[in-house]
Amino acid sequence: MEISKLTIGRIQAGLREKKFSAAELAAEALGFARDENSKTNAYLTFCEERAMAAARQVDEKLARGQEPGALAGVPLAVKDVISTRGVRTTCGSKLLARYIPPYDATAVERLEAAGAVVLGKANCDEFAMGSSNENSAFGPVKNPVALDRVPGGSSGGSAAVVAQGTAVAALGSDTGGSIRQPASFCGVVGVTPTYGRVSRYGLVAFGSSLDHIGPLARNVSDAAAVLQVMAGRDGRDATSAFAPVPDYAAALKEPVRGLKIGLPREYFEGLTSDTGRQIEKGIELLRGQGCEFVEVSLPNTEYAIACYYIICTAEASSNLARFDGVRYTTRSSAAQTMADMYRMTRGEGFGAECKRRIMLGTYVLSHGYYDAYYLKAQKVRALIARDFQRAFEGVDALVAPVSPFPAFKLGEKLDDPIQMYLSDIYTITGSLAGIPCMSVPCGATGAGLPVGMQILARHFDGRGRFRGGGALERALVGA
Amino acid sequence: MRITEQQVSYVADLANLRLSEQEVARMARDLDGILSHMEKLNEVDTSGVEPMAQVLYEAGETATLREDVPGATLDNAAALANAPLSGAGQFKVPKIIER
Repeated sequence: MEISKLTIGRIQAGLREKKFSAAELAAEALGFARDENSKTNAYLTFCEERAMAAARQVDEKLARGQEPGALAGVPLAVKDVISTRGVRTTCGSKLLARYIPPYDATAVERLEAAGAVVLGKANCDEFAMGSSNENSAFGPVKNPVALDRVPGGSSGGSAAVVAQGTAVAALGSDTGGSIRQPASFCGVVGVTPTYGRVSRYGLVAFGSSLDHIGPLARNVSDAAAVLQVMAGRDGRDATSAFAPVPDYAAALKEPVRGLKIGLPREYFEGLTSDTGRQIEKGIELLRGQGCEFVEVSLPNTEYAIACYYIICTAEASSNLARFDGVRYTTRSSAAQTMADMYRMTRGEGFGAECKRRIMLGTYVLSHGYYDAYYLKAQKVRALIARDFQRAFEGVDALVAPVSPFPAFKLGEKLDDPIQMYLSDIYTITGSLAGIPCMSVPCGATGAGLPVGMQILARHFDGRGRFRGGGALERALVGA
Repeated sequence: MRITEQQVSYVADLANLRLSEQEVARMARDLDGILSHMEKLNEVDTSGVEPMAQVLYEAGETATLREDVPGATLDNAAALANAPLSGAGQFKVPKIIER
């Protein structure tokens, strides 16, 4: 079996036909992932014992003639900001280098209940803050497509393991594009569900009103299968939604003839020519499948970056206050007093980007600035959400690029925080509105760097998103 | 400059974050650049707009409050397992009150 070519469907068939056992598959996948990891640094931790135990459980169920679950035997990676009981969860931070969660995230619990095999934890930007995975305390991840380039961030490790073939799918988290942007940079599928669709219980909080868990996979139907298992109400996350979960696999097969798709004008200005050309090609392919396109406008797009970086840093500064040297983190050894213990632990432990965001968030929330920055940003957020609402009155879905440019070189934007923030321009708006989005591979630039097309839909219309995603993938495979 | 090194030190204090002198200087420059980009929001007329604190959508059910029934919580040992310093079932911290 060739691990890097496996899909969820092939694994299910292979297990049924007894071509391999789940334990054989897990052992081989672990070996392959360990061997390949030196190239990309995409995994931070392997959890062999846990993986083998999960695989043996699948084999036992199969031997007893029981239904082993929709993800039986599927080797997965989990982004290291998502808690795994008994398995180190670092959040890409020195502060949590030895942190072992005492419980599982709901998403992980549901995946394993469906038979999935968690191989290990994927590298990421520290506390999911970054767009290049260069902010990990454990070293950057290299893009498997071009090793001198970034994989995107913050779920860079999750995208890299899927692209490299060292996991069939991976969990990522998305606050302002952290699933879609790395998916597009590495040429894989990345899905950001509607806010509240997947429980955030066990996801280490960054920006609570913006955080999502979602899947990355090599094709749209695998991503749909993983999301199907995770989605749905969870009593342990008060923001998790009650809305019924549609059948995503069925949506994939629906014809798209007559599907009305909006092209937001603001997203096509300033596209580098190579990326723009690939997106145009993708649009033509969808047109060939019978989709109808109309131009729409999301007039407040240009304010999204400023709005987002005020709200997410404000939320982050408060969420990250818990890392104080008392309960979970390492502690500065030099501190003599309580106040010094807090300050020195945090000063020594957080990396440069986390410090920048804590400072920015504290500043915009501080006395005298709250109205001018934070309250203003919340109002602009309402306008950005309203833009989408209006656009969706006339169309079923929107199509846009994921990123204005393909994967950039390691180190290229590291010293310029504003340039780094601007790379999130097309993904941040969907995050602010909380709508379902996805990135689907859409060809490559002349230099061979993957381009991603973004599909955005109405709240809880994951069906509509997958319908478009499935059609694009079919058209590309056929093209 | 919108933000001085003195302000940076004040905010770092609020955030319980010790910064080196070099970090303070760099932070003043970075925050200044980022805040000047954020001033772009002043172009937007938001009069009469309600601030959006959470993602809002039409929802049939709003039963987000669960029944108040006792359940299992983390036991003491599990809660302390990750602490850098603990003892006698407690988190230990440097002395706060001098006798």
